[in-house]
Amino acid sequence: MAEAKSSPASEPTRRDMLFLATGAMGAAGVVALAVPFVRTLAPNAQTIAAGAPIEVDLTPIPEGQGIKLFWRGKLIFVRSRTKAEIEEAQKVNLASLPDPQADSARVKPGKENWLVIYGSCTHLGCIPGGSAAGEVRGDYNGWFCPCHGSHYDTSGRIRKGPAPANLPVPPYAFLSDTKIRIG
Amino acid sequence: MSGPSSYVPKLGIAKWLDARLPLPRLMYDSFVAYPVPRNLNYFWTFGGILMLMLVSQILTGVILAMHYTPHATLAFTSVEGIMRDVEYGWLMRYMHANGASMFFIAVYIHIFRGLYYGSYKAPREVLWILGVIIFLLMMATAFMGYVLPWGQMSFWGATVITNLFSAFPIVGETIVTFLWGGYSVDNPTLTRFFSLHFLLPFMIFGVVILHVWALHVTGQNNPTGVEVKAVAKDTIPFTPYATIKDAFALVLFFAFFAYFLFFIPNYLGHADNYIPANPAVTPAHIVPEWYFLPFYAILRAVPDKLGGVLLMFAAIAVLVVLPWLDTSKVRSMSYRPLARQCFWAFAVTCVMLGWLGSRPAEGIYVTLSQLFTALYFAYFLIALPLLGLFETPKKLPGSIAESVLGKMKGGSGAVVGAAAPAEPNTKG
Amino acid sequence: MTLFRTSLAAFAAIMIGAFSAASLSPAHAAGGGTKPPAHDWSFDGPFGTFDRAQLQRGYKVYREVCSACHGMSLMRFRNLSQKGGPEFTEAQVRALAADFKISDGPNEQGEMFERPGRPSDGFPKPFPNEQAARAANGGAYPLDLSVIAKARNYERGFPLFLLDIITQYQEGGPDYVKALLTGYEDPPKGVELLPGQNWNKYMAGNIIGMPNMLNDGQVEYPKGPDGKSPVPETAKQYAADVVAFLMWSAEPHMEQRKSIGRQVFIFLLLFAGLLYFTKKRIWSRLPEHAPGAAH
Repeated sequence: MAEAKSSPASEPTRRDMLFLATGAMGAAGVVALAVPFVRTLAPNAQTIAAGAPIEVDLTPIPEGQGIKLFWRGKLIFVRSRTKAEIEEAQKVNLASLPDPQADSARVKPGKENWLVIYGSCTHLGCIPGGSAAGEVRGDYNGWFCPCHGSHYDTSGRIRKGPAPANLPVPPYAFLSDTKIRIG
Repeated sequence: MSGPSSYVPKLGIAKWLDARLPLPRLMYDSFVAYPVPRNLNYFWTFGGILMLMLVSQILTGVILAMHYTPHATLAFTSVEGIMRDVEYGWLMRYMHANGASMFFIAVYIHIFRGLYYGSYKAPREVLWILGVIIFLLMMATAFMGYVLPWGQMSFWGATVITNLFSAFPIVGETIVTFLWGGYSVDNPTLTRFFSLHFLLPFMIFGVVILHVWALHVTGQNNPTGVEVKAVAKDTIPFTPYATIKDAFALVLFFAFFAYFLFFIPNYLGHADNYIPANPAVTPAHIVPEWYFLPFYAILRAVPDKLGGVLLMFAAIAVLVVLPWLDTSKVRSMSYRPLARQCFWAFAVTCVMLGWLGSRPAEGIYVTLSQLFTALYFAYFLIALPLLGLFETPKKLPGSIAESVLGKMKGGSGAVVGAAAPAEPNTKG
Repeated sequence: MTLFRTSLAAFAAIMIGAFSAASLSPAHAAGGGTKPPAHDWSFDGPFGTFDRAQLQRGYKVYREVCSACHGMSLMRFRNLSQKGGPEFTEAQVRALAADFKISDGPNEQGEMFERPGRPSDGFPKPFPNEQAARAANGGAYPLDLSVIAKARNYERGFPLFLLDIITQYQEGGPDYVKALLTGYEDPPKGVELLPGQNWNKYMAGNIIGMPNMLNDGQVEYPKGPDGKSPVPETAKQYAADVVAFLMWSAEPHMEQRKSIGRQVFIFLLLFAGLLYFTKKRIWSRLPEHAPGAAH
């Protein structure tokens, strides 16, 4: 102890390359070791494989009704819209919307009667009602979130309430007139 | 030994904290300014290595627990899922499984170092006994961890070891039933072992803190066994001297660990544990993990069920009373020629017991097990008590400084000490 | 002193005697099976990798011969295209999976239905349950082969088991399984086999339920440019190929493990070297080390 304190020359100097190199290598080793530990938290191979695209048959959905299904653990609404609902969605003045987006950007051309959207409220993740017959559809005839009172219209756009954004559209494509593939 | 604190906070916030919770002061006094004998050899680095191994086991264990399912029908598959589907899951699992072995290699070196240099003697009896408690907790943790993959060795190891307790009269059957949570080793056993396997390492951690505390009260023993007389001459500050030495030894030890982990990860395991547990078929040879083999050999040396169990527990219990069994005034066996030979004979005995534990319990192996079991106990109960009375130890050095500086060619320590600071140390 | 020297010598004598006794009777300890010969595997040693073509052939042997009775419950078709394995292309894997009918459901009518396999499906089970498997195999239960290459080993004996640390011999399982697949013989005179029993040189106890399944020319291998298979279509080759495949399925990340291991090991040795010199430098400040430290 006495020796170490007696002389400033014996303190490690910053310029000492050996100490620098050792310290740097140690730090690099710790960082490299941390990588696999963090990577174990990623979705595992089975989860990724189970997240492959799914096919959905649309034939059992009556007009004006919707179904709910899960893809990658997320809820998805598929609704068969009536003529009146489509018109209602198309004629809205975009400037009046909290999150302006045309209805045509939310459906596939020629398949305007099918709306496919993620089913969790963009506010805090509750599930808005309105898919099944008899559920409250809110002031705009679309979906109504019971948690904090967000109203969505027939295109799944936010119209009233605390939610900041429209219900997003998942990636999907029509395989035939009555079959879609999500993912 | 640890005198008044030399910690002087510099920053304002450090002063503020020091007046309220002097944690930095505790750390500084324990791991920076703490005086260590200047003559420690590399056997003294295993304490630090063990600390890091415990951290490594806890970290990998927590990750594994995120992906593991403690259920009799899913445990095996979930472990294989970790090996196959979780990113770097194979690394976590092999690190944890081989880490257990490395932990025991390090702890055995640590224990034998203590035995050789008499680190268990006054005033370090409590320090030593805390170590024995850590060792017991480690054994329990390792055993329960080995059950979790729910392979054949897991299942039958659990069956055999839990059945040990049935040897006790009257209460035995009840103890075993309560260990199992049923009428045989089954799902309830697995789930409680998982729970305890998660808990015990943190209890180990707690006892380790006491162990280090006790160490810092008495100070470290050293290869001469002569106590520190003058702190200035006999010791050096923990940081940087012991820190850098520990770091070097630690990295070498991790290289050894990495060799097993990456190139022969199943060498220390047993093939039968890759067969899912089957309560209807016992494997031809059931053996515990290597680190339990000496105790397993002692267990089987006695043909009587209760006798074997008691003897096995006695093999560990004898360590608790060791500080009072060794009658010698001299700590280090470097100065005890006869005791040193007994020590090495004892080390060989332990290796032989380990080997015998892996053999089937039949024929010559039983006889040899009995012989070496007798030798194991003879070391503690006959050799150490008697040797202290009859042995003439070699002359001890006057102090630690004398033992170190005496080796130098020419000149006294004082002259050299004056010359050292003159040497500039700025060039790279 | 001499007393202790003598006792040490006695220890040594006992040790040597006991170890050689053990190494002379390993076959006995293993329960009657002959020690399998060591095969030169592409995946042994610190630089070992799997031979893609061999794994692909091995899958074909498993598919055409073994899979009739043996499942591989831990395997998914998608594994066949992952890195470090047979590395079939994803299109090939889709085709291999579609080869199988997978039971799925229930559908809207509440009924189970069959569909072609997908890459995310597991290898189908040959039997719905253990009872069905036993009934179809004269009471014997064909094991799951997912990790069989790691679940088998044989007694190495002293001093081989210590040398194995240095030689990194980890192929006890593959050696044993390969030997077993080609180890069928006529039983020695005087041994009467019951129906459903077969004699195998390498099986512990020599009696095995599984008959010899591999015969020369039985599995057709992909042809090379010259119109011939690059490897012989023999039982021996089939055994080596299918065992390589089983080893991969038991340890699918072996290549990643070894390659990371080489880097880690070299890193740690270099780091240890640096620490050694740093330690020396720091300790040279201590008076008793200073005179010797010339720098």
